Amino acid sequence: MNFPILSSLILLPSIGALFLFFTKSKSENKITAKYVALFTSLVNFFLSIYLWFLFDQTTSAFQFVEERIWIKGLINYKVGVDGISILFIILTTFITPLCIISVNNSVTKRLNEFLIAILVMETFMIGVFCSLDLVVFYLFFEAGLIPMFLIIGIWGGARRVYSAFKFFLFTLLGSVLMLVAIISIYWITGTTDVVQLYELGIDTKYQNLLWLAFFSSFAVKTPMWPVHTWLPDAHVEAPTAGSVLLAAILLKMAGYGFIRFSLGLFPSASEVFTPLIYTLSVIAIIFTSLIALMQEDMKKLIAYSSVAHMGFVTLGIFTIQQQGIEGSIIQMISHGLVSAALFLCVGVVYDRMHSRLIATYGGIVTVIPKYAILFMVFTLAALGLPGTSGFVGEFLILMAAFKDNFLVAVLASLGVIIGAAYMLWLYKRVIFGKLINSELKKMIDLNKSEAFTLTCLAIPTLYFGFYPEPLINTIEVSIRDLIDTYNFSVASKQ
Amino acid sequence: MNNIQLIFPEIFISLSIMFLLILGVFKKDSSKIIHNISLLVLLITAVITFNETLSINPTTLFNESIIIDYLSSFMKIITLLAAFVVLLISSNYLRTFKIFKIEYPILILSSVLGMMIMISSNDLIVFYMGLELQSLALYVLATFNRDQLKSSEAGLKYFVLSALSSGLLLYGCSLIYGFTGSTNFNVISTQFNTNEYAITFGIVFILVGLAFKISAVPFHMWAPDVYEGSPTSVTLFFTMVPKIAALTVFIRFLYVPFLNLIDQWQMILVFLSIASMLFGAIAAIGQKNLKRLIAYSSISHIGYALAGLATGSNEGIQSSVIYMTIYIIMNLGFFSCLLMMKRNNIYYEQIDDLSGLSKNHPLLSISLLIILFSLAGIPPLAGFFAKFYIFKSVIEQSMYFLAIVGLLSTVVAAFYYLRIIKIMYFDEEKDSYDKDHNLWLKLSLTVSTIIILMYFIFPSELIDVVSKINII
Repeated sequence: MNFPILSSLILLPSIGALFLFFTKSKSENKITAKYVALFTSLVNFFLSIYLWFLFDQTTSAFQFVEERIWIKGLINYKVGVDGISILFIILTTFITPLCIISVNNSVTKRLNEFLIAILVMETFMIGVFCSLDLVVFYLFFEAGLIPMFLIIGIWGGARRVYSAFKFFLFTLLGSVLMLVAIISIYWITGTTDVVQLYELGIDTKYQNLLWLAFFSSFAVKTPMWPVHTWLPDAHVEAPTAGSVLLAAILLKMAGYGFIRFSLGLFPSASEVFTPLIYTLSVIAIIFTSLIALMQEDMKKLIAYSSVAHMGFVTLGIFTIQQQGIEGSIIQMISHGLVSAALFLCVGVVYDRMHSRLIATYGGIVTVIPKYAILFMVFTLAALGLPGTSGFVGEFLILMAAFKDNFLVAVLASLGVIIGAAYMLWLYKRVIFGKLINSELKKMIDLNKSEAFTLTCLAIPTLYFGFYPEPLINTIEVSIRDLIDTYNFSVASKQ
Repeated sequence: MNNIQLIFPEIFISLSIMFLLILGVFKKDSSKIIHNISLLVLLITAVITFNETLSINPTTLFNESIIIDYLSSFMKIITLLAAFVVLLISSNYLRTFKIFKIEYPILILSSVLGMMIMISSNDLIVFYMGLELQSLALYVLATFNRDQLKSSEAGLKYFVLSALSSGLLLYGCSLIYGFTGSTNFNVISTQFNTNEYAITFGIVFILVGLAFKISAVPFHMWAPDVYEGSPTSVTLFFTMVPKIAALTVFIRFLYVPFLNLIDQWQMILVFLSIASMLFGAIAAIGQKNLKRLIAYSSISHIGYALAGLATGSNEGIQSSVIYMTIYIIMNLGFFSCLLMMKRNNIYYEQIDDLSGLSKNHPLLSISLLIILFSLAGIPPLAGFFAKFYIFKSVIEQSMYFLAIVGLLSTVVAAFYYLRIIKIMYFDEEKDSYDKDHNLWLKLSLTVSTIIILMYFIFPSELIDVVSKINII
């Protein structure tokens, strides 16, 4: 057994949180607490980069697998990564330190506890992407509700209680059905080990119901239309760092779950339900884009745009083609970077003006030019301009969709246009125009830490926009293998 | 009578009760010493039970009217330890209300004795005797704070309704005796004729009586009032200990003589389970008093334990036992918090009194947070595993409806647990509570919280212990 790198990745943030728990949260210790948290998450980030460095791109098998007896005779603790999951782990470890850096401005009370919540959250998120056992996956998937509930509820805005409850109960309701399905899988096949389940396969007659149970959980988490309504509320009320985590990583759990479990475990059911996903995705793309167009609150607008972007992701996944799934994963990574950045951007102006309403702003390009530039980059990335990572994902997804279903692809492309409309209009109203509100003149441009976090996010956004090769190389083999298995099992059933 | 040593625990407790009564009469101001001796007695009995009976093969005594097997020993140890902790953490509370009297520990001991007899009973009469012994002690305990109107009311209500249910139960016993000619579980199982509907009637009556004792819906009406009115330390006792004994009787009564009639009683149990889970979850939403809330929460938890029993399999029984064990630990933690909410010698028990607790008492509130999330069944806490085992055994028997309803009601239940957390963490703070708590209180809170939090690291241990329970 080599060095248990994945378990270390999972455990490290929690150890940091434990350490923070025992340091007294006095005011002069705030800086120390932050450095402890930052240090922990940075160590984790470099560890995950090292993991990527060691990762073998030529095989689709799970790597760095660790297996231990957990509940005797029932469940093994099993973790491992393949090309599909490794990028999400890196995304998580990359976003978390940025969240911690950005915490300064948005969180004024109980900083210590906030940092603990974020670090615990990181543990659970990495756990979700690593776990190779359904029960372990469920454990991490659900456990993430606790810190997120607290982040929204304690440090959130005016309607935080409502939003926190809505978030918690929606997600829990979706997930309990998945638990029934997981236990049923155990009784049907005798194992919850994902690798074994891939080999064994699940009897076709059970697949449809099981697929729907998993779908109920992932659909809420993605979120897909019509169960997306928790997301705008949660985003609007959560503190900036919370919104960032939510948009950048939490939503990706569901997309990842679709690829890993829905496609991997229930191929024939996925085949049956593809039209459903297509329909819901297209509705999500067009409908929520239109809603986003009408928003007056910046955070809400970005939240709705997240729903639309995740609509592309689900569409791409269920094209079951190399480009489609690759596009979905890249879209998720890109959305993770871009939406995180956009929420940070909103956070920047919110910290100065304490308003998220678009109408408050206008013409601030002359007051805070640096901000305007960075905001521009992310706006363009969000609407999928070539040269940004947003383009690569959407392009691949649409390409796959055109092969599969022309009408769906046309409708989805329509969403791209509306997406451009609302993002550009948002940018225009906030940044350009006449400077009417005299309060805005007092605004200060980005400080060092804000500039640093936003630049950190801008670099990969642009880099992967021009050169997505590293991402594609990592995921390519795993996806090809997944699709081969999928096609094989669908064909053999017919 | 070769095996008389197997009931040493019961004999020892009975002798101690008599001794303590005499001591209490002849020695003035002896409440403290009696309290301490009772603690010792409970601990010693637990040790004896552990040493002498835990590892033996099932043995019957007194014409097969008492059975000692792994299930009975395990449940007795849990009962004794739970009673021990209750006694340990309640002394401050009793002192505050000036009811720190000699009767309190003695009554607890007698009810524990009754429960031990119930747990071991293999005969309807022995079982009824144990049931009445524990019930009589419990009536008095409920009214223990007799200067308070609510406490007297609680005791009276409990007495009247419980007597009614005992009557029903007894009627069921007589029916079964009438149609099988015996009160012994083993004999009954060989004697009855499955086509005889009177037997089913008997089972139904007994189930009603038992459902009353564990406050399963629709026989739960007494629980909220009694839980609210009784002194908090007694409420703690009520929420855990009598349920262990009653659940054991459930197991033994249904699975030893009447396993063949599973078609008849399974429906009843499924109904009780679903009704309890849903009702407990929904009715708790509107509560303002923490003790009432925990009453409804315990109703819904009993629903989950019954879901395990409804499966008719060994795994189901084991999962119920695991559920009860974890539930007791969570409950101990919760009530430890409740007993800490004291300011100037007044105990607070409204939910609003928790407002902003996290600012003044960060450690207390984080413990309560963990306990509440665990009660709600959110992973990775112990409460999740308890539910997981239950649903695992339920789904094994393809009872999907029960599983889905159960899981959906956890979502409803999550709402009111979240509401408490919301009040603790999101609302404005009030005055802080006293911080000089009894050491034992702190210890019980800490230990239960750590067990709940760390359970996921060693989930196999409890399963290993419980998997030796083999009834069928």
